[in-house]
Amino acid sequence: MTENKKNNNNFSFTKENLLLAERELKKYPKGREGSAIISILWIAQRQNKGWLSSDIIDYIAKFLDLPQIRVMEIATFYTMFNLNPVGAHHFQICGTTPCMLSGSEKLKSLLYEEIGEQSSVSKDNLSWVEVECLGACCNAPVIQINDDYYEDLAVTDLKNIIDDLRNKKEIKPGSYKDRLSSAPDNKNIQILTEDEIEEIAKNRTKPGLEAKNA
Amino acid sequence: MSKKILINGREYEFEENLTLIQALELTDIEVPRFCYHDKLSIAGNCRMCLVEVKGAPKPVASCHFSLSDLRPGPNGELPEVLTNTDQVHNARKGAMEFLLVNHPLDCPICDQGGECDLQDQALHYGINKSRYKENKRAVDNKNIGPLVKTTMTRCIHCTRCVRFTSEVAGTEELGAIHRGENMEITTYLEKGMSSELQGNIIDLCPVGALTSKPYEYHARPWELRKTESIDVMDGIGSNIRIDSKGSEVMRIMPRYNEEINEEWISDKTRFIWDGLKTQRIDTPYIRENGKLIAVSWDRALTLLTKLIKKTDPGRIGAIAGDMVSAEEMFLMKKLMEKIGSNKYDCRQDGSILGNQYGRSSYIFNPTIAGIENADAIVIIGSNPRMESPVLNARIRKRWLTGNLNIYVVGQEHDLTYDYTFIGDSPKSINLKNIPLNGSKNIIWLLGDDVFLRDDGMDILSQVIDCAEKTGAIRDDWNGVAVLHKYASRVAGLDLDFLPQDEKHTAQKMASSSEIELLFLLDADEIDAKNKHTVYIGSHGDRGATNADIVLPGACYTEKNGLYMNTEGRLQETNRAVFPPGDARDNWKIIVEISKRVKKSLNYTNFEDVRAGLRKEYPIFTNINHIESDTFQCLDQLSDQKQKLNGDAFSNTITDYYLTNSIARSSKVMGECSMQKNSIEIKNG
Repeated sequence: MTENKKNNNNFSFTKENLLLAERELKKYPKGREGSAIISILWIAQRQNKGWLSSDIIDYIAKFLDLPQIRVMEIATFYTMFNLNPVGAHHFQICGTTPCMLSGSEKLKSLLYEEIGEQSSVSKDNLSWVEVECLGACCNAPVIQINDDYYEDLAVTDLKNIIDDLRNKKEIKPGSYKDRLSSAPDNKNIQILTEDEIEEIAKNRTKPGLEAKNA
Repeated sequence: MSKKILINGREYEFEENLTLIQALELTDIEVPRFCYHDKLSIAGNCRMCLVEVKGAPKPVASCHFSLSDLRPGPNGELPEVLTNTDQVHNARKGAMEFLLVNHPLDCPICDQGGECDLQDQALHYGINKSRYKENKRAVDNKNIGPLVKTTMTRCIHCTRCVRFTSEVAGTEELGAIHRGENMEITTYLEKGMSSELQGNIIDLCPVGALTSKPYEYHARPWELRKTESIDVMDGIGSNIRIDSKGSEVMRIMPRYNEEINEEWISDKTRFIWDGLKTQRIDTPYIRENGKLIAVSWDRALTLLTKLIKKTDPGRIGAIAGDMVSAEEMFLMKKLMEKIGSNKYDCRQDGSILGNQYGRSSYIFNPTIAGIENADAIVIIGSNPRMESPVLNARIRKRWLTGNLNIYVVGQEHDLTYDYTFIGDSPKSINLKNIPLNGSKNIIWLLGDDVFLRDDGMDILSQVIDCAEKTGAIRDDWNGVAVLHKYASRVAGLDLDFLPQDEKHTAQKMASSSEIELLFLLDADEIDAKNKHTVYIGSHGDRGATNADIVLPGACYTEKNGLYMNTEGRLQETNRAVFPPGDARDNWKIIVEISKRVKKSLNYTNFEDVRAGLRKEYPIFTNINHIESDTFQCLDQLSDQKQKLNGDAFSNTITDYYLTNSIARSSKVMGECSMQKNSIEIKNG
């Protein structure tokens, strides 16, 4: 994995991305343009369909007047940068403890069956990779597909998502359980009246005692 | 500001700007370390230098803990540091255990074995068993050029090499890619390194991850005999240690000298040693029917004696090469005078720099260490990166600390630091062009190549004029600096090994038919035509192939000799090994010739020669001393009329790796040169 692949096209920023990149550069004092490297790499990765080729590293090294190895260091350090081609829909499945306990292993084996090896691009232009915690543990298991999170996934949900993507259908981001973001399930929600809330507040003893009674 | 602290119960006082490890070093307390190096920036990632600070919740890394951060106790007690407690020992043991988790147990086949920091420190802080049951990580080796061999599995990620290349060498080629356990040190896409100082990362590497490729599996450090000497590859005379085994030089290492090379040496200095063994002349040769045939010393010297007697003394000349010692030039000069000739020159490259204007007109007056006090440097007709990479690193070191303006007149090169380009011809040397306002300690650095031009002395005079006007020539600062490329040049000028008139300079002697017999004392860079030539030297290079009589001499590792570096600092080489075969010390050869021609130089041993030299030239008395000079002679020079022509400066070093006969005999230098050329072709 030390050598990233070469893109045949010579890379250069599109007009819009050049404007974006220059806006990033302006955030840093003169002579310190190199500090913008992460944002610039990110802009380049988005332009290049989700991955960075060695051409891009060269281009950005010149763009920021940095040695190539310094750009390479950043690009390899952060997992947000892909050094190999990814599919049009890139699945990043969380494999850290909460997601694993909630069934991400099963999702992983499904991805393996449907798409293939990790970090490889399937014929229908999908790819997947296991990542560390995505920071949405309360909605475990979580998969990030391109820019959106797909949460509370069961194996069937993931299968539907993959099928929809193959059939070029829209997919719905967010929780696949019947709930709003990380709120409790809709069926468990109990809406209290104001009187009931007051009643609870009145009965509540000091926090320490409450624990003891329970 | 100084600060009192207690170290292991004893009270000390230090400057407050020190770090803890520096303070501990001053008290001779040994602190183990891998990543910390006093010439590099602080990384603090090996955690071996942990010490206990009273009041701190955890052991602290002494390499990046400043003394100014130490706090007094609650009742105003002195801050206390402990280095010999159980806590410190256990903390270091823990750090060491983690370092050893992924370190292979291949010491028996590792070139670093015996001089490995990790090995040595594991003796004190290692655990004899591993608690780690998982597989060790393995990392692919990287090909980073013909000089440095990598065994990346052994790497402990101290990043000294990365910091060295980006800070000292200034080439930013090495980096650490990926992260955590997957971190790897590499160049970008495994390109070969291009720095002329890359060999130093071998010394810096505390483990066997970066080792010397040419020295691979050659010897163990405890088998080597170590001789302290100096280098003659360039004009600064880096201090080196020659490691030899039996009759062979096995490797060359740097020796610490803050005044000259700090602790770096260039790649040519370090990897030249295979050239010391190849293409050697180990027996005398004479030319018969156009072919060189090996003969005995007696026959060669008899023929030479006949030749000398046959030739009119006025038609005998001598040229000294770039790597000969002061004693040899002294004897050669004596011999020529006894024979009755005054035609000798030590400037085979055709330089016109003489000694008529005094010593300060041809030495590096501000001194190499003085570069660190400069606030402006004007580089004229020189490429210091090629001519003296170590000195160039010193300029870079000064540049990194800021407030240094560098101006270049001459060719534009990548010098590893930023500079303002003024112009390419001497006409640009003008105070109107060079904004030096407010600079106090200005260095006017002139390359050797300046004096290959006809208007060389006028340029010097113009520079001295500018230097005087900018106040760069004062009692406490002389900013006129000539950077010599050759180790023997300053000694030659000091010895007056120069022709009496302009008709008999080295190049004119070589080409004119006036000279019938020409001695080439290790001089390889000159083509002698239509005359008998006698080559006294070590390598079968240009000088020997065209000579009529070849007398095998000794290399700089095989002789004792005095050398003046470009600063005018006297240094000496020491013999590490004996010359091969029938080769002899050059001084013996010259004395022998003198006896044969019945003009005997009365020297029976080397001490006599040196004493004789010192008697006539007391400047060669004090080793490691720079003889100071008055500046009056410089004044005369600056009053000369200045006729500068508009030709652009050119630099004569086209290939850094192949500048002398030893380097051209070296396979390693050849490989480096090939790699460099292929990089240049690729980059267009």
